[in-house]
Amino acid sequence: MAKAERIEINKKWCKGCEICVELCPTNALEMVDFKVAVKDLEKCIACMQCELRCPDFAIVVYKKEKE
Amino acid sequence: MAYDYAKYLRPGKLPHIWCAGCTYGIVLKSMIRAIDSLNYDKNDVVVTSGIGCCSRLPGYVDFNTLHTTHGRSIAFATGVKVANPKLKVIALGGDGDMTAIGGNHFIHACRRNIDITVFVFNNNIYGMTGAQYSPTTPKGAWATTAPYGMTENNFDITSLAIGAGASFVARTTAYHATHCEKMIKEALEHKGLSVVEIINACPTGFGRKNKFKTPTSMLLWMKDSAVNVEKAKNMSPEELAGKFTIGVLHKEEKPEYLETYDATVGLKK
Repeated sequence: MAKAERIEINKKWCKGCEICVELCPTNALEMVDFKVAVKDLEKCIACMQCELRCPDFAIVVYKKEKE
Repeated sequence: MAYDYAKYLRPGKLPHIWCAGCTYGIVLKSMIRAIDSLNYDKNDVVVTSGIGCCSRLPGYVDFNTLHTTHGRSIAFATGVKVANPKLKVIALGGDGDMTAIGGNHFIHACRRNIDITVFVFNNNIYGMTGAQYSPTTPKGAWATTAPYGMTENNFDITSLAIGAGASFVARTTAYHATHCEKMIKEALEHKGLSVVEIINACPTGFGRKNKFKTPTSMLLWMKDSAVNVEKAKNMSPEELAGKFTIGVLHKEEKPEYLETYDATVGLKK
């Protein structure tokens, strides 16, 4: 079950370094036209590795509120 | 809840000039989180920098900022601190900026123990000017001015700072983003000169020519090579070969420069 509500990507700021894609433990992100894109939101476990180590402020993960 | 950096960034300045995969952005984020957790007023924080890639950092943050001449980051920071001791002064510089061009300013600020926080962004190369070797380039590494490999020995910035008399010395890496945040926070809270060496990656200038194919491989190298200083105490020199320690390497209470100066000239009894 997806733990993230949504993943926001700022394509204007993303420089396509692939750090987030390669660090993602569940393979939820992919590269499309040299920029990062969400491949499968269902796979995201909201570990925040991508957001923590994005050097370009380009990716933000919104966690799901606990019910 | 995602962390909102917008409060501390100057609007319209991003995207920054750093290359794809440059880890300075990760450190910038750690720095913003650390300053935010200490609840400093934005007008009380001064960030100074010299020349180099990391010296573009003050342009993006909404504090009082100074972009100064090459290597003179600490010199300007000292002036700011002496004129208004209430301010929290942070001096930034790269490895070349702090240990080569500004080497004298660096060691003498450590000796005086003035209450400034110094961050040395160590990426092992002069990235902005075209990958010339710097005092911290490892032996054998390629640089445009060392096409057959670096032949000189390199500086250990933290040992240099401890030897020169800094009262707080720590090392961290860009990969360990939360550890970096913690070290920056501790350095800012410390009274006296605090030095934090932050190991960074320069994929364009250093990585491509030194067998790091991607920016991520450089981050994973930091992950594999860094050993916490507490854990390193129980390790043999053979186990520590090729690795470096991270964490607080040195901390002591020492009289701060401005306090002893004021006492000497009779401003304070």
